[in-house]
Amino acid sequence: MLQIDLWKRVLIWGVVALGLLFAMPNGFYTRVEQHNDAVKAIEAGADTSENREAASVWPSYLPSGLVNLGLDLRGGAHLLAEVRTGDVYASRMEALWPDVRDVLRPERDTVGTIRLVPSEPWELRVRISEPSGIDRALELVRGLARPVVSLTGAGSTDLEVRAEDNVIIVTLSEAEMQATDERTMQQSLEIIRRRIDEVGTREPTIQRQGSDRILIQVPGLGSAQELKDIIGTTAQLTFQPVVGRAASADDPAGVGNEILPSLDDEGVFYILEQAPVVTGEELTNAQPSFDQNGRPAVSFTFDATGARKFGDYTAQNIGSPFAIVLDDEVISAPVIQSHIPGGSGIITGNFTVEESTQLAVLLRAGALPAGLDFLEERTIGPELGQDSIDAGKIATIVAFAAVLIFMFASYGLFGVFANIALVVNIVLLFAVLSMLGATLTLPGIAGIVLTVGMAVDANVLVFERIREELKTARGPARAIELGYEKALSAIVDANITTFITAVILYVMGSGPVRGFAVTLGIGILTSVFTALFLTRVLIVMWFERRRPKTLEV
Amino acid sequence: MRLRLVPQNTNWDFFSRPTLWLGISAVMIVLALVSFGVRGLNYGIDFKGGTTIRTESAQAVDVGAYRDAMVTLGLGDVVITEVFDPNFRDDQNVAMIRIEAQEGQESVTPEVIEQTRTALQGVSPDIKFVSVESVGPKVSGELIQTAAIAVVLAIGAVLIYIWLRFEWQFALGAVIALVHDVVLTIGVFSEVGIRFDLTTIAALLTIVGYSLNDTVVVFDRVRENLIKYKSKDLKEVLNISINETLSRTFMTSFTTLLALIALFVLGGDVIRGFVFAMIWGVIVGTYSSIFVASAILLRLGVKRDWTKPTDTTGNQFGNVDA
Repeated sequence: MLQIDLWKRVLIWGVVALGLLFAMPNGFYTRVEQHNDAVKAIEAGADTSENREAASVWPSYLPSGLVNLGLDLRGGAHLLAEVRTGDVYASRMEALWPDVRDVLRPERDTVGTIRLVPSEPWELRVRISEPSGIDRALELVRGLARPVVSLTGAGSTDLEVRAEDNVIIVTLSEAEMQATDERTMQQSLEIIRRRIDEVGTREPTIQRQGSDRILIQVPGLGSAQELKDIIGTTAQLTFQPVVGRAASADDPAGVGNEILPSLDDEGVFYILEQAPVVTGEELTNAQPSFDQNGRPAVSFTFDATGARKFGDYTAQNIGSPFAIVLDDEVISAPVIQSHIPGGSGIITGNFTVEESTQLAVLLRAGALPAGLDFLEERTIGPELGQDSIDAGKIATIVAFAAVLIFMFASYGLFGVFANIALVVNIVLLFAVLSMLGATLTLPGIAGIVLTVGMAVDANVLVFERIREELKTARGPARAIELGYEKALSAIVDANITTFITAVILYVMGSGPVRGFAVTLGIGILTSVFTALFLTRVLIVMWFERRRPKTLEV
Repeated sequence: MRLRLVPQNTNWDFFSRPTLWLGISAVMIVLALVSFGVRGLNYGIDFKGGTTIRTESAQAVDVGAYRDAMVTLGLGDVVITEVFDPNFRDDQNVAMIRIEAQEGQESVTPEVIEQTRTALQGVSPDIKFVSVESVGPKVSGELIQTAAIAVVLAIGAVLIYIWLRFEWQFALGAVIALVHDVVLTIGVFSEVGIRFDLTTIAALLTIVGYSLNDTVVVFDRVRENLIKYKSKDLKEVLNISINETLSRTFMTSFTTLLALIALFVLGGDVIRGFVFAMIWGVIVGTYSSIFVASAILLRLGVKRDWTKPTDTTGNQFGNVDA
């Protein structure tokens, strides 16, 4: 008959109690947020008395997970960037040219003179003057290829070398392109993360989307433009040999060279070798400092390979100038005074203190390996977010009240049971959202309101069934039992189908839509739990105490 | 005394005029398709690319003056609409400005935003841009595709689930009802000219879920009654099932509508289109589970003896005949 095992009752009430506990922090949102920020700051090393005080506003033994507010509620900036992964192929090919030259040079007798031929950016074309030496040249250049370091590309090498008449064409192999793309994405993600962290905003979202896209969301930031400035489209630092000066950007540069403008002096252009000696990737540290004349400067240190390359180059080229290039602009082009062996140096230029600090940050965070195209940008003002929260709150409360009253009017005491379940349902929903650290968006609030409306469905199904069974069944206990039993398949089928659409929404959707799918999906789970278990426990407990002879539902 | 939305025992005949109801639905679907074909949809930037700016100022919005100020910028097609909402404060005047996607650019440049700001400040000096959203044509194209795939996937998944749980006739009935609801909703968006964006797709999928919910409850009862009333014909069984679940259908639709209407009135203008779609969907979904899904099930007919093992599969015992 109407019985529920003790352990089941304990379990059900336990879940409800846990739900209350985990949902509670959201009731004290600003206080808990203050606490969480302070705790984070203390962990990061800022163990000040202020932070300790701020941390103590919320007891540390209580859960402190909060439902994150989405950008549309909190305000902030959103960017969807596409990484130009092809850029990396070009820089790889540029860097390869000196190696190809060096490996062919000793064999001049067989291959003749070696020339770089203009080509598409993702390939390297080298012409040799002796067509008969092409086989030897191919062999030598193929010797430069390295095995690909990746799971899928195992067994293949990174370069594809072929010949067209007396021209050697080098491209990256398919496997290497994939591996390179993967590395480019990882690097870009990491660098963007570090740059945004340097600014120190709360809970930024930096996510990879698809094969070559990155989604960046930073709450509380003034505009998407600000975010773009922080990320910096491409802060590429290189050290390149200087060939000479040019009068304008349109002067002929010669194959393998490029013309770049000076950062400070208008109208000054440098002709540089395209292949850099060292790049910012080989930098391990950069700090704002001052030169011997007390002007702001940036000091830097290379890693081992960078230090060796830089050391060798400076040793061989004393007296000639080399250029420090940032984002295709020459910061300065000093003359090498002496061999610089230790791998550290200093960049001087007409910097202010702020500029040198900014530059150091950019260098330290590392250069983005490839350029970014921004496909989507959104800026939501904090006022709009607050308005939406306020409107959402009122709407939820009114919707809630309307449904509670209506349920009581329709089902009386059983309506009260359903209402208790509905309240617990919302509590559980918030508890799960907090535990998952899920993000609440405006459509997410709509999802909650919809859940409020639909959550009663399972109870309605049961109650209507009990009403029907009362007409035929023997006694109220049996009617209640049959009501639950027979309504079960309808409840399960109805909710599974809705859940399927929530899952599809989650998988296919993005941003706010995903937020809606999360609240809808969790709402379905919690409403099934409360309808099938909680109201049942309530009804059984009431029934055991009263033992009514008749039942009015 | 309990509140009841429908009388305690109903015995309405829902299939006395099957052609009429299916006819009404067919006409509405044709209207929706015609409207979609002729007027198209008022796509938001999610699907069309471009930029929307939401402005706020203390002075009343003068759409004409805004337009005049922006004409000189040469940004192509600019749409300016004033936004009204009961939640706004007295000194809160909101307008939405939509700029079409600019040639050769993925997302809006900061210069364009600044130009717009300067131009509009000439009209109303305290104007604020409370939100700026820009989507490039590349992404918007993909978004449409993903959205269409999502809707198709959802319907397909549902078809399979119901097929497994019931019979193919049920699945077909439910899915035709779903397509009916989705088409009518798109039709209303086209006719009224409400902005159709990503959140609308979310609403569409929710309608799919909701309408299904309703249909499944009715079908579940049909399945039960088919076994219970073996001698009654399908039409009668369908009528009994719908009448038995009618009270529940109305209760659930009503509570859901209560909540949605609260959100529609009080939830702010940002999600009003989204909520509108859902309200419409709940109404259409309730209608379609009775007059479309069940009507189609009636036309298709069902296999009645599904509790018994079929002859072809047999069972482990021999047949004994007296």
